[in-house]
Amino acid sequence: MNAQKKSNNERNTAMKSSHRRSARRLLVVTAAVTAASLVLAACGGSDQAGSSSQPQGSAAAVDEALAKGGTITYWSWTPSAEAQVKAFEKQYPNVKVNYVNAGTGNDHYTKLQNVIKAGSGAPDVAQIEYQALPQFALPGSLVDLREYGFDSLESAYTASTWGAVHAGDGLFGLPQDSGPMALFYNKEVFDKYGLTVPKTWDEFVAAGKKLHQADPKKYITNDTGDAGFATSMIWQAGGKPFTTDGKNVTINLADDGTKKWTGVWNQLVTGGLVASIPGWSDEWFKALGDGTIATLPIGAWMPGVLESSVKAGAGKWRVAPLPTYDGQPATAENGGSAQSVLKQSANPALAAAFVRWLNHGEGVKPFLSSGGFPSTVADLKDPAFVDKKSAYFGGQAANQVLTAAAGTVVKDWSYLPFQLYANSIFGDTVGKSYQAKTDLDPGLKAWQDALVTYGNQQGFQTNS
Amino acid sequence: MTTTTSPLRPRRSPLLTGLMLLYLVYTLVPLLWLLLSATKTQADLLDSPGLWFGDHFALFANIKDTLTYDGGIFVRWLGNTLLYVVVGAGGATLLSTAAGYGLAKYKFAGRRIVFAVLLGAVAVPGTALAVPTFLMFSDLGLTNTVWAIIIPSLISPFGLYLMWVYAGEAIPGDLLEAARIDGAGEIRIFFTVALRLLAPGIVTVLLFAVVSTWNNYFLPLIMLSKPSLYPLTVGLTQWSNQATGVGARPIYNLVITGSLLTIVPLVIAFLLLQRFWQSGLTAGSVKQ
Repeated sequence: MNAQKKSNNERNTAMKSSHRRSARRLLVVTAAVTAASLVLAACGGSDQAGSSSQPQGSAAAVDEALAKGGTITYWSWTPSAEAQVKAFEKQYPNVKVNYVNAGTGNDHYTKLQNVIKAGSGAPDVAQIEYQALPQFALPGSLVDLREYGFDSLESAYTASTWGAVHAGDGLFGLPQDSGPMALFYNKEVFDKYGLTVPKTWDEFVAAGKKLHQADPKKYITNDTGDAGFATSMIWQAGGKPFTTDGKNVTINLADDGTKKWTGVWNQLVTGGLVASIPGWSDEWFKALGDGTIATLPIGAWMPGVLESSVKAGAGKWRVAPLPTYDGQPATAENGGSAQSVLKQSANPALAAAFVRWLNHGEGVKPFLSSGGFPSTVADLKDPAFVDKKSAYFGGQAANQVLTAAAGTVVKDWSYLPFQLYANSIFGDTVGKSYQAKTDLDPGLKAWQDALVTYGNQQGFQTNS
Repeated sequence: MTTTTSPLRPRRSPLLTGLMLLYLVYTLVPLLWLLLSATKTQADLLDSPGLWFGDHFALFANIKDTLTYDGGIFVRWLGNTLLYVVVGAGGATLLSTAAGYGLAKYKFAGRRIVFAVLLGAVAVPGTALAVPTFLMFSDLGLTNTVWAIIIPSLISPFGLYLMWVYAGEAIPGDLLEAARIDGAGEIRIFFTVALRLLAPGIVTVLLFAVVSTWNNYFLPLIMLSKPSLYPLTVGLTQWSNQATGVGARPIYNLVITGSLLTIVPLVIAFLLLQRFWQSGLTAGSVKQ
């Protein structure tokens, strides 16, 4: 009886998915036809001002959906999401947005993965971090927003975030926040121990040694092995450990860039110069306030976190460009996320309209006022944002440093199509090197081996 | 013949007493930490020693904030947990009792198969079944509803096993015979005779079911994506995760106070029910 039930189930699923496939094909065809007619329309219309911010033709389908109204569901855990949804509903009263905070980070992705697998229950729009985007985009779970002509919005975003919402040629979301890395440092600690702000990583290591010698309880920074941080540091060093075309994946965690980073970081780890305090723990928040941790190389969104959650550090912290290997400015993205439209959405045009409003319209304002760091060029150039003096940073115009960083992100980085899994096993492999205070390279090799095995199990042609 | 150990005056063993005290400290220190930490503000949590009070005594402010944060969602989670426990654990106990009694006291074909399936079910941890259950419920359109938590909670293989064994021991067959001869129907026998004899076993199963439903984490995590349906476990984790990443908003003081409030009902349930439980565990140990 069980077997019969199972085969019934299978048949049902097969039927459903074939329905869905044909529905999708229909959608693609319709979209293609619409796109073609739009191109024609665009040719007929006058192309005013060249870089007009509204997409020319295909905005029609999106605008039409907005005018028609409807209901969509939005999953996100960003602090500004609720205010944004309220503002959107106020502006478009005939659209109802069900805002759901389905969890932070991995909880959110687990649920998203499950509802995608189940074939129903997915939201129309979801927040997806740049590092997780390929994992959802490549198997075809997200809508390619070129269907709606959103590729014309390119000039509105920084090059690095625009690159991050692409997988292959497809455009799978619009960037919301960005996190070009900078060096946040505790000036009080630096003054007390006579440290100068490091411009190169060698100077950073030297400062770390000097500080730890002067006070063994103080550390230049903390690191217990964090995949997001490590990949960003490899990115900054010019490493390209992950390459993929959607089917073939190559992993090389011993390329020149990676070795450049471990060359510096090994000194800190083996010398015991980094505090073994895990990021985001209560101990970490405390250590940021009392000077135990003297610097943080981290994304440009950090000021918001410091101001709201490390009150004891007010007036002490400053920002400087991230140290580099040769003294020339270069940085990487650390964190940040986009909003994407799910393939399961019953009303993808309306969902796309919401995404456009969020990240290319009035939605940016509530995001900025919640302390977010934008990816939109116009806001990054806005003098009111750039030159704003921050009391927390002792009157420093911190955004001058951070917006400058946004323009110096090293190009052509890509994450794995199974980055979330990769990050989850970072602690079991590279984390061991951190614990034993030994060189990170063998740990990275172990990580690479585990990832190659996993990639092949998942059906990717994975090589090292 | 001077230092015989009589059951009335057991010999003291300093070693065992010491071990027991050590274990007592081991179990009570986390509770003490929780109690003390719940009295601290977010700032004090980071700046004061773990096992003593902070500068401010903020227990009541914390409780108030916990109950009102984000539109009073904590109260909602508490209500959800109570619903899942009352219907889920209550139902599981009822089903286990009836089925255990039936399997122990009636002879019918297929009992051995039921027993084998039951043993197999006891061996498979519920966590392993969460994702397949999710996919099945998703097909039925039941995910993101209270049924997604209640229906799986109704099944308690361990409870059934316990009741089966307990009913076999606690209800003499002769008693049922006597009741039948007196003309009582099977239903009446179950409710008036069997249930009373089974009471200690029922309490034991109920306690197990209450604790496991109250602490149920993975199933609701997978099944539910609406915060308004979360039980306390998933809700508190969400609060705790809020301290991570871009836009982090740590509210450790509320997470800790929330955890304290979460265990209070369980502690009360244990204090009230434990005497039944003790008599349940020892019943049948001496032949009468």
